[in-house]
Amino acid sequence: MDTNELIRAIAADAGRPAMPMGRAWQLAVLAAILLAASAFLVMLGPRHDLGEALGTIRFPFKFVVTVTLAASALVLLRSLSQPTATALDRPLLLLLAPALLALAIAVELLIVPPSQWMVRMIGTNSRFCLTFIPLIGIAPLAIFLATLRYGAPSRPAIAGAVTGLLAGAVAASFYALHCPDDSPLFLAVWYTAAIAILTALGAMLAPRIAQW
Amino acid sequence: MIRSFLRQRVAHQAIDPEDVVQETLLAVHLKRHTWISDAPVMPWLYAIARHKLVDALRRRGRRTEIGLEGIDELAPDHTPEPLLRRDLERVLDMLTPAQRAVVAAISVEGCSIAETARRLGKSETAIRVSLHRGLSAISARFRRD
Repeated sequence: MDTNELIRAIAADAGRPAMPMGRAWQLAVLAAILLAASAFLVMLGPRHDLGEALGTIRFPFKFVVTVTLAASALVLLRSLSQPTATALDRPLLLLLAPALLALAIAVELLIVPPSQWMVRMIGTNSRFCLTFIPLIGIAPLAIFLATLRYGAPSRPAIAGAVTGLLAGAVAASFYALHCPDDSPLFLAVWYTAAIAILTALGAMLAPRIAQW
Repeated sequence: MIRSFLRQRVAHQAIDPEDVVQETLLAVHLKRHTWISDAPVMPWLYAIARHKLVDALRRRGRRTEIGLEGIDELAPDHTPEPLLRRDLERVLDMLTPAQRAVVAAISVEGCSIAETARRLGKSETAIRVSLHRGLSAISARFRRD
């Protein structure tokens, strides 16, 4: 087909409005939250002492970490889904949540006696955590990968990893409502491991799914 | 403009810059929603062109690995046509019959959407859908071969 003929066909097709990427991400986040919430309510549900837990410091802090992680992943992902994206525009953003967690761990180590450190870190529910965060996160991951496919990522593997990070952070935000282990030591080990599973999955799948 | 950008970067005889131009034009069209309306256009345009060029080089790399030693002797000498030149028939062959009819009428014969709809006895909406799917299919197919 000669280029002028192709341009004619493209011009005829240009009347169709296309949803801007920003809007697509908004819808994707909304859909992901709804799906993660449904999966969470069907499989787990919130813990029984939710009211009391809200009065503590450790329990609400879990959401500070997971929501911060989700927000910074989303900001990065919005630029990573563009053809102009370079490797990572603002890598410091991704250190925000880990930095908060590190700070909390320092405080935890100061106020909890050393004999309790391992107990807090191992927790009571680690296998649950490793199972359910990926399970809750799988539908959000699918939605975010589809949105990435709608975009035009120039670095699909990196974009895919951040996609998994976002899905993991959304899933962890819900799982944290159920999880009885509130110590930042537990978060640092098990939540991180669970989110890493989704991150690896995203990095593996995106180059195939989001090809353009 | 895109053509000159790509020509400067394609020193390879085995890659026809015009093919990459076409792929870039298609990608610019199909991914136009990734342009942020207050961002400059040129970097976005060049990023897409570069992506398509890298893609074409990668495919070409894959092709040479298969090893075509001696194939030059089999081919007649008078074929200066670049290896990857895709002619009209080959591009249209990639499509379903319905898509092919629509894309051919609009691109080759220069019909409007309305004329094509009348001629094929379908609604304008159906024509628009076939056209868009046809273009997406061409773009996906370019990526593979």
